Amino acid sequence: MSEIAFTPEQASTIAGRMDFLFYGWLGLSIFFFVAVVVAIIYFSFKYRKGSKADRRITGETEFMTLSITGTTLELTWTIVPLIMAILVFFWSAWLYVDFTQMPSGAMEVLVTGKQWMWKIQHPNGKREINELHVPTGVPIKLTMTSEDTIHSFFIPAFRVKKDVLPNRFSQLWFNATKEGEYHLFCTEYCGTDHSRMIGKVTVMSPERYQAWLAGADTGVAMASSGEKLFTKLGCVTCHTGTTPRGPKLAGVFGKEVKLADGSTLVADEEYIRESIMNSSAKMVQGYPPLMPLFKNQIKEQDLMTLVNYIKSLKDEKNGTKS
Amino acid sequence: MSSITLTPDIAPAVMPKSHYANVRTTVMSWLFTVDHKRIAILYLISITVFFAVGGLFASLIRIELLTPKGDFMTGDTYNKVFTLHGVIMIFFFLIPSVPATLGNFALPIMIGAKDLAFPKINLLSWWLYMLGGVLAVVVLLRGGLETGWTFYPPYSTTFATSQVTIAILAAFLAGFSSIFTGLNFIVTVHKMRAPGMTWFRMPLFVWAHYATSIIQILGTPVVAITLVLVAIERVWGVGIFNPQIGGDPILFQHLFWFYSHPAVYVMILPGMGVVSEVIPCFSRKRIFGYEFIAFSSMAIAIIGFLVWGHHLYVSTQSTYAGMVFSLLTFLVAVPSAIKVFNWTATMYKGEITFEAPMIYALGFIGLFLVGGLTGLVLASMANDIHFHDTYFVVAHFHYVMVGGMVMAYMCGLHFWWPKMTGRMYPGLLATIAAILVFVGFNFTFFPQFILGFLGMPRRYHSYVEEFQILNIMSTMGASVLGLGYGMQPFYLLWSLFKGEPAGDNPWRAKGLEWQVPSPPPTFNFPDGRPVVIEDPYAYTIDVKEADSVAQH
Repeated sequence: MSEIAFTPEQASTIAGRMDFLFYGWLGLSIFFFVAVVVAIIYFSFKYRKGSKADRRITGETEFMTLSITGTTLELTWTIVPLIMAILVFFWSAWLYVDFTQMPSGAMEVLVTGKQWMWKIQHPNGKREINELHVPTGVPIKLTMTSEDTIHSFFIPAFRVKKDVLPNRFSQLWFNATKEGEYHLFCTEYCGTDHSRMIGKVTVMSPERYQAWLAGADTGVAMASSGEKLFTKLGCVTCHTGTTPRGPKLAGVFGKEVKLADGSTLVADEEYIRESIMNSSAKMVQGYPPLMPLFKNQIKEQDLMTLVNYIKSLKDEKNGTKS
Repeated sequence: MSSITLTPDIAPAVMPKSHYANVRTTVMSWLFTVDHKRIAILYLISITVFFAVGGLFASLIRIELLTPKGDFMTGDTYNKVFTLHGVIMIFFFLIPSVPATLGNFALPIMIGAKDLAFPKINLLSWWLYMLGGVLAVVVLLRGGLETGWTFYPPYSTTFATSQVTIAILAAFLAGFSSIFTGLNFIVTVHKMRAPGMTWFRMPLFVWAHYATSIIQILGTPVVAITLVLVAIERVWGVGIFNPQIGGDPILFQHLFWFYSHPAVYVMILPGMGVVSEVIPCFSRKRIFGYEFIAFSSMAIAIIGFLVWGHHLYVSTQSTYAGMVFSLLTFLVAVPSAIKVFNWTATMYKGEITFEAPMIYALGFIGLFLVGGLTGLVLASMANDIHFHDTYFVVAHFHYVMVGGMVMAYMCGLHFWWPKMTGRMYPGLLATIAAILVFVGFNFTFFPQFILGFLGMPRRYHSYVEEFQILNIMSTMGASVLGLGYGMQPFYLLWSLFKGEPAGDNPWRAKGLEWQVPSPPPTFNFPDGRPVVIEDPYAYTIDVKEADSVAQH
């Protein structure tokens, strides 16, 4: 047992602004609540049976007694809450867009949820389970997927949460501001040990994070293990070389792709993922449908590694990197 | 057949010799009755049993959460306990609570009809409900259900190991029972109003039920078929919701909340109807803003259909879709606010007394306000990122469902009890119970708002230690709440045998149901249809008193 806290810690760049919206609404709510409750208590006392209060209804000029024609009063207490509701809506929608817009240059970390643990992989390949180490002052982008049912990734101190779905990527980002240890919870009910699918987020200074990252436990860097998969699964045979049978992948990430049906889309993680799993869904224009389906052939974590490798490929001709 | 005896106010009330409940007394005459009042009693008994079972599960939850470790039962058992608490309370108590009992009993009499439009469908509705209820008990006996009341796939279709298919069938049947009740109310309101009972002379209780019925008949089929799709995927492996076999789990969430969000208005609108009857009666004053309250019920029913996506802000739903749902959710709060202001204004210059129904009604306003205002925290997209699926949500919907609907149900039960049974319950005990419920409720659920803000997720069997003190407070509050609920069966059953005869109109209320004997005869109005000449809120305050004040 410990002391009661009434407010959660604010440990990310968005926490303060989100709480300000909450406290703002809380203030308005308390105002309305107190106004109604005070009126009820006052009327209950003043107009209790047997009291000597003046109960005469003095005519059209007295606003409260205009029960049929009291439209002014009705309109007032319709329009005032309406305007306030709309204003708060705009405030919250604006914050939401701001909070969910992916920042550029974020450090990317991969998250896989499964009953009942969180598997985390850092850019250099370092892996951890139910723990996440991050530096302060750097935007961190999590790309997440699930190996089984739906989970949800929640760090209360950062005010971030996103559902983690099977066969799909979802993303969230945060920028931690305060060193310390924080809770990580699964918030989508996922079975027997849902309440034990929790972990610890450790926020460190960038230097200490680098030291931690370089620690003994480093695996093979994410991109290089992706390269191995790229060869092992045979992707190299069609997607590289001078006359490739499949579209070239170098530099494709973030670029516009023209599809067989004439439409275009921007190649993001989700598109690359879908094309690996089920290439026929969105064929690139000018290439025959030769590619085998890798659906159910690749483990989620490998798939993420592979997608990350494809993202890292530079277009040699232009020397650009997305 | 009995006749209406007009007893003068001064004479002591006597029970009518023959009434709906004693014309025939065999078990069969009850189980196959087509009298709306008897069916209401059947429903009352059944939902009370399910409320007790659901309440038992709630107590188990609160005992488990006394300690952070999860040491009272296993994780699997806990998951079943909160699932069954939700399924039973929602499908077998809250949805039928006011409409199927108080609505069934009072609505036809309130509009001057001798029964509902389709008495046999009304009976079928109860039988379907019971069939669903029996299946729910089968689920319990065969090992329970651990999907959460929301049945989210792919967990429910692929990973759950319990009685999902039977539970779905149970909810499906209960759903159709709800559709039949709604259908009956709509036709009855349209076709069976007494001469002079114009739309704007209908009691607001009837308006609220009319709005509720629209949701029931339009929304319930969607959830029924969605749950069947879950069963199809589970039993035959057809890929509908599970992405591993080609389905889409978010599709389920849309379909499910398309009904289940409007369903929360099924669980609150009838309660608002009850409060709209009780406040004018115990304030001796005409309801303030009648049309605004009536139309706000309709507005809630209609806009309420377009807000379901606010359950999906963090489920990868598009930002723009989320914005539309968020705006509409903010808008649906306005009609609720209008009702609260009008109830408050009704008390102005009234002559207020504080019998048990009035205590419940005033408690309802306070608790519903908290529930509604915190609902807008969740409607706000930015805040919902943090509060989604935490105890803040649990606290919010219990303020609306229990603080709102259960309070309103008890309010209505105490208001119409003398009409239903012909006898008065002990007023002091009822008032004490009402106050215990109000205080206990707040102690149970207010700490959960703070727990949610601190980040405690819902459906957690064990939790981190810093949440313990608030959980202990919550469990202590629940004990007081349980005591308040537990008192009621005793004094209500006692009143059936020993209570003072209530007389036709113990509250001096103005609705048509108070112009017939208590309990009413089988066809409600044995002297023929009443002709309505004034609105149901034509309350007046004793003129002499007003005059004496005028002399000051």
